[in-house]
Amino acid sequence: MTYLANMSRNEGDPRILSTGPSSLGSQDRMARGLGWFSLGLGLAELLAPHSITRALGMEGREDLVRAYGAREIAAGVMSLSVDRELGLWSRVAGDGLDVATLMGAMREDNPKRGNAAAALALVLGVTLLDAATAASLRGKTRRSGRPRDYGNRSGYPKGLSASRGAARDLVKPDDMRAAPAVTPPPSRPEPAHPRPM
Amino acid sequence: MKALVWHGKEDIRCDSVTDPEIQDSRDAIVKITSCAICGSDLHLFHNFIPAMMPGDIVGHEMMGEVVEVGRGVNGKLRVGERVVVPFTIFCGECEQCRRGNYSVCETTNRNKAMADKVFGHATAGLFGYTHLTGGYPGGQAQYLRVPYADTTHIKVPDSLSDEQALFLGDILPTGWQAAVQCDIQPTDTVAIWGCGPVGQMAIRSAVLLGARQVVAIDCLPERLSMARAGGAITIDFEEESVVERLNELTGGKGPDKCIDAIGMESHVGLSQPDTIYDRAKQMMMLESDRPHVLREMIYVCRPAGVISIPGVYSGLVDKIPMGVAMNKGLTFRMGQTHVNRWTDDLVRRIEEGQIDPSFVITHTARLEDGPEMYNVFRDKRDSCVKVVLKP
Ligand SMILES: NC(=O)c1ccc[n+]([C@@H]2O[C@H](COP(=O)([O-])OP(=O)(O)OC[C@H]3O[C@@H](n4cnc5c(N)ncnc54)[C@H](O)[C@@H]3O)[C@@H](O)[C@H]2O)c1
Ligand SMILES: [Zn+2]
Ligand SMILES: [Zn+2]
Repeated sequence: MTYLANMSRNEGDPRILSTGPSSLGSQDRMARGLGWFSLGLGLAELLAPHSITRALGMEGREDLVRAYGAREIAAGVMSLSVDRELGLWSRVAGDGLDVATLMGAMREDNPKRGNAAAALALVLGVTLLDAATAASLRGKTRRSGRPRDYGNRSGYPKGLSASRGAARDLVKPDDMRAAPAVTPPPSRPEPAHPRPM
Repeated sequence: MKALVWHGKEDIRCDSVTDPEIQDSRDAIVKITSCAICGSDLHLFHNFIPAMMPGDIVGHEMMGEVVEVGRGVNGKLRVGERVVVPFTIFCGECEQCRRGNYSVCETTNRNKAMADKVFGHATAGLFGYTHLTGGYPGGQAQYLRVPYADTTHIKVPDSLSDEQALFLGDILPTGWQAAVQCDIQPTDTVAIWGCGPVGQMAIRSAVLLGARQVVAIDCLPERLSMARAGGAITIDFEEESVVERLNELTGGKGPDKCIDAIGMESHVGLSQPDTIYDRAKQMMMLESDRPHVLREMIYVCRPAGVISIPGVYSGLVDKIPMGVAMNKGLTFRMGQTHVNRWTDDLVRRIEEGQIDPSFVITHTARLEDGPEMYNVFRDKRDSCVKVVLKP
């Protein structure tokens, strides 16, 4: 990566010698991993629903699996974005749906019950990971404590009232003039536009 | 040297890099004593501005001491002098520069061919920004190469501290230009969306330029308190309707002048349902920017009023009520700031005590803490408004 970054530099511009700690935390990286996982799983559900229903003994429910695939992709896109916390919580909600659906496949008479149980265990594990990562992201980004009061930061060394209009001496360049329409109207009710000579 | 380097979305690191060198006779090398993180850096941080490359050094608000000058600088800048570096690199000679339109200088963008294709016509080179504006290494670093250094600098008197002078390079002239291009009249109500550092400077500029009333809009209590300290009436958009309140404050006529100090990353929330729509489209790459504020300004602005846009937009916006803007006869003013057009005058105003821009600084940290400070500033943690880094 560093090598690639240096390759594309303009000649003479600084090149990376060694790289330091990143603004990305471990929870951010975990969120990205889960986001990619979501995309992968979503694509599989969307494009190959039959192999999934067959493996779980849920033949006939392909449309449901496809819909879940679309949901996974949406959650994945969100988890990879700046709004990853929301993405992960939406994954948690989706995990809930997956669990409910898989519970249905745990019927005594399902010959693929073992597979369904394994899938259920996997989903429960991932749910924990989703929730833990989302919670840790919340902890990291949350605005805690009372907002400070900056009421004493006027920025005017001479005080506010002395400052109102203090810069009216500015010689405004012509190109900074607005169209005259909202400049104060003339006091006499005379048309402001030039009259024909 | 140490520098903050962009490695990808939300991935900024404090790396060791090679020192910059003089590449052209008009160059100078500046040893950075103070630099800051800007709202524009957050757009880069979120990868909303196209054509960033891993390995780019970020930062475009910086100042320091000249340690080396090229032969072509011709005595306009000397070793040992203390300068603020403006974020817009300008030649001072081309047609645009002669008009004072420094941020669209026709010579300083070294990736002109690429920028011509994307923008139709290239704009000026900028420090620590996308390769569409030249991809010049930025100033969140220990040293900076300043191209066109004979013009691209602001000399500051020793009587001003770093904290008082630093913002001459970006947010102070940005807030100032935003207000000046509104052509403020003593009868005007000026409404300013966003109470970040740029909004804070715009509020003070509008007050100094003599607006009848200045109204500032945000949702963060600490920033609203700072806006009130600057003389603004404030609206918390999470608590009340911005349009209703602005109409109330203007006898039903709407603000004469509207300033967008937010740009493409407008707050997303249920109180503004259109922002959820924008965010969803943005995630699917169907729209690059969230223009909620533009829509609101066009709607509430008084007919024949001025819309001034210092907030940065990167690409395509959707559902802009152009018909409303056209029928109301609004004037749009926007652009990256022509920094040096204003700075001589602003240096004098700081010296005379009209304004002291250091009021906005809430956090000071070491350059090594930069990556974490990006997070703090982005998340508005710890009532953060403006971060200054000391390399
Ligand atoms: N034109 C230029 O040359 C120039 C120079 C510097 C910065 N900028 C741009 O100015 C903008 C602001 O910069 P900043 O440093 O103040 O950033 P910032 O992110 O600190 O401030 C933005 C503020 O807007 C508020 N906000 C978000 N949505 C809002 C809404 N719908 N209504 C009201 N307030 C809302 C946020 O709470 C925040 O306080 C950025 O887009 C930045 O890129 C432009
Ligand atoms: Zn900036
Ligand atoms: Zn020029």
